[in-house]
Amino acid sequence: MDTPAGQTALFEARDVSKLFGTFAANDKVSLVVQRGEKHALLGENGAGKSTLVKMMYGVMQPTSGRFFWRGQQVTIPKPAAAREMGIGMVFQHFSVFEALNVAENIALALPPQSMRGLSDSIAEVSEAYGLAIDPERAVHTLSVGEKQRVEIIRCLLQSPQLLIMDEPTSVLTPQETQVLFSTLNKLAEDGCAILYISHKLEEVKTLCDTATILRHGKLVAHCDPGKSSAREMAELMVGDNIANLARNGATQPGDARLEITDLTLPAVGDFGTALDRISLEVRAGEIVGIAGIAGEGQPELMDALTGERLAGTPGTIRFDGVPLGRAGPTDRRAAGAAFVPEERNGHAAISDLTLSENVILAHHTAERVAGGGWIDFGKAADWTRRIREAFDVRAGDENPAAGSLSGGNLQKFVVGREILRKPGVLIVSQPTWGVDAGAAAVIRQALIDLARDGAAVLVISQDLEEVFAICDRIAVIYHGTLSPAKPAAEMTAETVGLLMAGGTLAEDAA
Amino acid sequence: MILLEPREQPSRLLAVLSPVVAIGLMLFAGGIMLAAMGQPPLQALYVYFFQPVHELWFYLVRPEERAMWIYTPSEVLVKAIPLALIGAGLTICFRANVWNIGAAGQYTLGAIFGGAAALYGPEGSPWLTLPLYLAAGAFGGLLWAAIPAFLRTRFNANEILVSLMLTYVATLLLDWLVRGPWKSPTSFGFPVSADFTDSYLLPVLVQGTRLHLGLILAIVIAVALAVMMARTLRGFRVRVIGAAPRAGAFAGFSQSGTIWFVLLLSGGLAGLAGAIEVSATIGKLQPEISASYGFTAIIVAFLGRLNPAGALLGALILAISYIGGENAQILLKLPKNVTGIFQGMLLFFLLACDTLIRYRIRWTSAAAGAA
Repeated sequence: MDTPAGQTALFEARDVSKLFGTFAANDKVSLVVQRGEKHALLGENGAGKSTLVKMMYGVMQPTSGRFFWRGQQVTIPKPAAAREMGIGMVFQHFSVFEALNVAENIALALPPQSMRGLSDSIAEVSEAYGLAIDPERAVHTLSVGEKQRVEIIRCLLQSPQLLIMDEPTSVLTPQETQVLFSTLNKLAEDGCAILYISHKLEEVKTLCDTATILRHGKLVAHCDPGKSSAREMAELMVGDNIANLARNGATQPGDARLEITDLTLPAVGDFGTALDRISLEVRAGEIVGIAGIAGEGQPELMDALTGERLAGTPGTIRFDGVPLGRAGPTDRRAAGAAFVPEERNGHAAISDLTLSENVILAHHTAERVAGGGWIDFGKAADWTRRIREAFDVRAGDENPAAGSLSGGNLQKFVVGREILRKPGVLIVSQPTWGVDAGAAAVIRQALIDLARDGAAVLVISQDLEEVFAICDRIAVIYHGTLSPAKPAAEMTAETVGLLMAGGTLAEDAA
Repeated sequence: MILLEPREQPSRLLAVLSPVVAIGLMLFAGGIMLAAMGQPPLQALYVYFFQPVHELWFYLVRPEERAMWIYTPSEVLVKAIPLALIGAGLTICFRANVWNIGAAGQYTLGAIFGGAAALYGPEGSPWLTLPLYLAAGAFGGLLWAAIPAFLRTRFNANEILVSLMLTYVATLLLDWLVRGPWKSPTSFGFPVSADFTDSYLLPVLVQGTRLHLGLILAIVIAVALAVMMARTLRGFRVRVIGAAPRAGAFAGFSQSGTIWFVLLLSGGLAGLAGAIEVSATIGKLQPEISASYGFTAIIVAFLGRLNPAGALLGALILAISYIGGENAQILLKLPKNVTGIFQGMLLFFLLACDTLIRYRIRWTSAAAGAA
């Protein structure tokens, strides 16, 4: 950590670690931010970027390590303390009160003062930094970019010396991004340091002076984004060891069991992603992986595949050739499809219900656990027993509430619930998210075995190691579009990393 | 600043006993209130809550004196019938996380539709006219509940506000009908309809009392609904949508379909209760038909732990407080509103107990809160 002679760093984190149980979200991470610097914090989803900045902003406390502010060692017990010191943060999913106007929203975050004076300072700041906004406007009438301006102004009125921006452009249009960048440049010229969290390499190259790259909670490199290529940074982000992992043995794929043709869906809400002409075929006996960074359209794609959102025409999605794009989840299950969504609690399972009741959730009609409208509790208990045996789901009682299981055991349960049906098509999102290595191995093996038995398996995962470990073909989702699925043997960590960051294979070949 | 933190291990025993604790707290706070009104608190509480129970007890243990003690038990049951019918429907609505606060309006519409059948329908065998009458009442309540259901599923309008405001519309509609087109020509100017004919009066079950056929209907319906919730896919659907709408979507259950179902069901039952009450205890339409049962039934639903069968028990407890209130009016000259205060306190304490069993309160310094 070199600090130019005669100048103390504005902020420094020294050997900061954060443990969740035995899992190290941050492992001895160090970071130095200078005055007026535009510093990028790069890393894949789950690399530990958010954990680090949450500790810097006082939302979480480090397990070990030290923070320095202008050379003085500090503890940051809560966000208020961070703001008092001069650290401001704009969150990715910002929190504004839709029913209030701009000035009222800003007033809520500041010490009590007259609304007239506040409106004047808002006008002043928005003038100075090109953040055009009318203090009197109701927030619910603002665009996403304008809401973000409200958040930025809220931070700037507290005169921060370090402004943390958590993936600010993920919700912006290219034009709005340009405006944001000129604001950030102006701020940096005035001496405010910017810590810019992103995985968009081109943006980082445009905006930032220096970059710190995290991978699996560890610091892997400092670099100058102006000098390093996007490709080099992508390699540092995703690592270079993953292409060496053993893959599923060669299989002879059969007929297409899942066909997606030109699936297009508009975005829902401020933070949604639109799906743009997604096409993919998954054949009997193969596992196809969809890689991608969080928020590029995976939840939307999953909802369209389960039938929670309907596609434009029936022919858009076919299971074993049957057009079911306009059919709900129950009809799709009856046609032999099975689904494991990403979120265990509240989506794939309900924590207040027992395991047996959670069996009914998916099997009520397709497996006739509630055929004819009456629930067959014996059948549900039988399923529960079989799932627990086959997947070694450990829990205290015979039929406990789903919420009492550990994350790994509940995930084995929801995966097992679908696999034991012997579905023709299994679509699973983040199959091993947040589960321990043992459970992950069981789940991955089960997916491979299912495909060997002739099912078509589609895995949507942000875990590149996993995608390379189990998938026969890989496609990448970016901004709601899907790259063509290529055999995993032809893909490398860097090609996938580039696609994930918005590049194209043609560019890579050039 | 006050923070509510989830408790790691909420006590299961307390969760079951919550209504008992709430009743205890209501008696305690009510005692203080009665003392402030210049009443000896214990004696007044006896009149309110224990005298009806006492008389019930005499009825049960002294078979030879039953004729003497039958008034209180029968009147408690008469009051409990509409409360149980409405309350049972509301438990299902609330389980789906749909907040129908306008049962009073649906009750009134049930009375109006039933009244229309009674005033303009055919005469004949009660086997024909009573089903027609009850169906008309249920349909009226269902129709009134369809308005919040439509507005909620179509425009995401808040069903609490819509159903509540429709209550006032319903009251005014009834008022207009009995003062205008449906006013009896022989009422000497009073705002009442013509008396219902015998074909439209619910038969009394026990001679010498007002206890009527509605009792059997209420028990059968509450038990049937309890079975539906516990044993059928339809009931499961309601519970899932209430607990986690996204998991409901994953299961292929329609959220808007469930909202329609629970609102129409609870509205239909409130309408049925209105029709039954008017036919069994009034015999004609008039501006005041005890529509406030629709609000009291909210307490019944919570007291019954949001279980339709539990609502039967909750209805009994609330009915006792009504009878106690009548006793207190006569014996202690206390205003009728005191009953409403007791019922309000009961709901307040019940919700507070349910919350504090699951959460603990933490006080933080004002400085930390403001920053």
